[in-house]
Amino acid sequence: MAGFSYFPHTEEDLRVMLDKIGVASLDDLYSDVPASFLFRGEYDLPDAMSEQQVRDFFESLAAKNTRLKVFVGAGAYDHYTPSVIPYITSRSEFLTAYTPYQAEISQGTLRYIFEYQSMICALTGMDVSNASLYDGPTAAAEAMKMALACTKKKTRVLLSRTLLPHVIRVVETYARFHGVELGYIDAKDGQTSLESLQASLAADNVAGIIVPALNRYGIIEDFTGFAEAVHARKGVVIEYCDPSALAVVKTPGEWDFDIAVGDGQPLGIPLSFGGPYVGFMACRKDYVRKMPGRIVGQTTDADGKRCYVLTLQAREQHIRREKATSNICSNESLMALYVTVYLSLMGPSGMKKVNCLSYAGAHYLHDELLKTGRFEEVFTKPFLKEFVLNPRVDIKTLQQKLQDGGFFAALATEEGYVSFCVTEKRSKEEIDALVALVKEV
Amino acid sequence: MKYYDKLIFELSKPGRCGYTLPENGYGRCVKELPAELCRQVPLPLPEVSEPDVVRHYTNLSQMNFGVDTGFYPLGSCTMKYNPKINEEVAAMPGFTALHPLQPGTDGACAVINGLDKALAAITGMAKFTFEPCAGAHGELTGLMLMRSYHMARGDAARTKVIVPDSAHGTNPASAAVCGLEVVEVKSNAQGLVDVEDLKPLLGPEIAGIMMTNPNTLGLFEKEIGEIAALVHACGGLLYYDGANMNPMLGVVRPGDMGFDIMHLNLHKTFSTPHGGGGPGSGPVGVAAHLVSLLPTIKVSGFHGNFGVMLRAYAYILMLGRQNVKLAGKYATVSANYIKESLKDVYKLPIPTVCKHEFVFDGLVNDGGEEGREGATTLDVAKRLLDFGFHAPTIYFPLLFHQALMIEPTETESLETIDAFIAVMRRIAEEAAADPSLLKSAPHCAPIRRPDETTAARQPVLQYRDTL
Repeated sequence: MAGFSYFPHTEEDLRVMLDKIGVASLDDLYSDVPASFLFRGEYDLPDAMSEQQVRDFFESLAAKNTRLKVFVGAGAYDHYTPSVIPYITSRSEFLTAYTPYQAEISQGTLRYIFEYQSMICALTGMDVSNASLYDGPTAAAEAMKMALACTKKKTRVLLSRTLLPHVIRVVETYARFHGVELGYIDAKDGQTSLESLQASLAADNVAGIIVPALNRYGIIEDFTGFAEAVHARKGVVIEYCDPSALAVVKTPGEWDFDIAVGDGQPLGIPLSFGGPYVGFMACRKDYVRKMPGRIVGQTTDADGKRCYVLTLQAREQHIRREKATSNICSNESLMALYVTVYLSLMGPSGMKKVNCLSYAGAHYLHDELLKTGRFEEVFTKPFLKEFVLNPRVDIKTLQQKLQDGGFFAALATEEGYVSFCVTEKRSKEEIDALVALVKEV
Repeated sequence: MKYYDKLIFELSKPGRCGYTLPENGYGRCVKELPAELCRQVPLPLPEVSEPDVVRHYTNLSQMNFGVDTGFYPLGSCTMKYNPKINEEVAAMPGFTALHPLQPGTDGACAVINGLDKALAAITGMAKFTFEPCAGAHGELTGLMLMRSYHMARGDAARTKVIVPDSAHGTNPASAAVCGLEVVEVKSNAQGLVDVEDLKPLLGPEIAGIMMTNPNTLGLFEKEIGEIAALVHACGGLLYYDGANMNPMLGVVRPGDMGFDIMHLNLHKTFSTPHGGGGPGSGPVGVAAHLVSLLPTIKVSGFHGNFGVMLRAYAYILMLGRQNVKLAGKYATVSANYIKESLKDVYKLPIPTVCKHEFVFDGLVNDGGEEGREGATTLDVAKRLLDFGFHAPTIYFPLLFHQALMIEPTETESLETIDAFIAVMRRIAEEAAADPSLLKSAPHCAPIRRPDETTAARQPVLQYRDTL
């Protein structure tokens, strides 16, 4: 009998093992399973394929997807991934490792997580970061729970209506089951309204608020007065941020906020149809023991050598079970490595340049689109790389025209606007080609 | 493995950079933004060249153990071989360049549908959602579905969920996040859920029960038929924690055992790499009567960890219907072989046939005597590292004080397993002779045991704290 390439068991090996165990057959190892539960049918699965057949199968599926030049953000940003990143992250010592519970043989993972935490702190201006969470929206949901844990006897969390829609939906799901009373802060002129916030704070039951640094319209929000208002009521402010943008826009630390969350995807992680990405969370030192997820700390070994360990584990589910700060067990470790390698390559000057290029391209596109007469401006607030316009033409016709020309652009928003985004990957020629197509609509 | 002592920040020198970017031909820059909205504080990221980065992370990688380096006898973690074709598939530009909201994704949708059908065939469930990014995330999603089912029926009083005392820590934690109160059901002397202890717990407040089958002792819950009938009769649902699905592959389907909701860990049973702690994927499957509830639960940003789904689908297609039937049995025979080969030197509290894993309760002779402390499970685990093996899962499940939980998988050869058995026997001899050799282990790893107490008491959690 020829074996299967992933299974080393020969007939002889099986005989040796069964003899040692003292049973006659593999089926005898399942004698404790009631016969009525044993699956005796044929699995509705294809026959085993060769590796070449599997590759061909997926290549044919990949070819069924349309490759488009991405001019949309909405929570997933098409920034460039330097080739060093996949090269490093595909090293099997990183890729095939387990969670670093055995610190002595996991210093590689632990060290890069420590570096990742340091870089997230550098970007956000916060004191401590965890080792990462699933994605941005779940990080926001975890922050919502954390706000309740950080404040006593307060029951409500307020969400800005300018948060990205998918963030709101995930937070709402968690809130519904966790028993959190959600409220909403209205938008005014495309930005979270301080007046609306102040009105909601009057009831004195607000544990925290979640506001976006760059909002669903791409606008850079002005949070003057927010921290003072919320802190006066002993609540916490959570900022949902695009970590790439934090290289140039005012940080949660500078706004005197308490918790920063978001998705690390814009930091070198490919779009990949929505995942895997990586959620990040950073906070002030005072709140570290309320933080969910793994945290890596520096210490020394028995010989005094500098080393790294998972620490403050008394917060976590494997120790505290139902009393843990969260049910999260894993982190998105390998994606945190993507981010760490990306930020190492980019450094402070690269991060600034990426933002400058994105800003310049986005503003060029914005102005050129307005010149076509097919759109009206909606807001006049400062934006970075993403913006919305009011279309004067049929949205579906516009989108189809752009798609036929090889572009994914003009994403329709819930408000009836269309959304555009430009990163450093988009060239001026591509923008001009897109605008030329718009003129034909 | 060798020790390397640098942080990327310590390689930094002003003026170096590791990127190339196009020129800005637009004549515009972020300086146009109002200063009060701009970052004013410095950005303390390292300034390093590309070769610096590559060498630094290559050096770091060499302090790591992985499945490609050696054997992980890690209970409840199913550290099987991660096939390389999976990586190639996940890296195909036709998939990695796709925006989650873009049109023209027929190929990607076919992947999701194909994987859904394959998992349904393997588990006997009707349909899966792929949004959960990990096993614990799947548990939470599954419990949300359980509560939604009761709420939709106007049965709002069902706020308690039964969890066995042998369950993974994530079970009670997920229940708490979902707003459910945990009721613990005890294990009997055979390590199985005690049906007599379960009966009085059932009632109109019970939303359901979370079961792992085989459980964390590696034992098949053979009363599952009666348990399912009892829980359903009281109006509750059954949740299957798929962390231990591997030995059931090709043998038993959770749907056939009466489970209504389950999750799978694609990074365990379906061979996707653990990545040092993620990304995983924890798809949740439901029976036909719950399918309509799936779209009501939004637990992650887009479609879940699509890159992980690609790998799992490639794995299933490689195995095909023939080999799916073998994986579970091969894992089980290997686990029983190790158990039988070591039970004279390690305490085996439950001597029955196990499935993919089993639990020892420390050494038969730990070398302890008057004035000399015996070797513990931790010491055995650390000594294993010296011989090129990862440690087993230790001090879990909580039912035994010196728990040492061992799970080989179907991708380990008899030679590897025999080498592991030989080392475990040698360690047992060393412990009996003089536990101090174990207590000071590891001796050959890049570092020796870290001072975890100081790490927790005086936390140093980022580079700035070290300056």
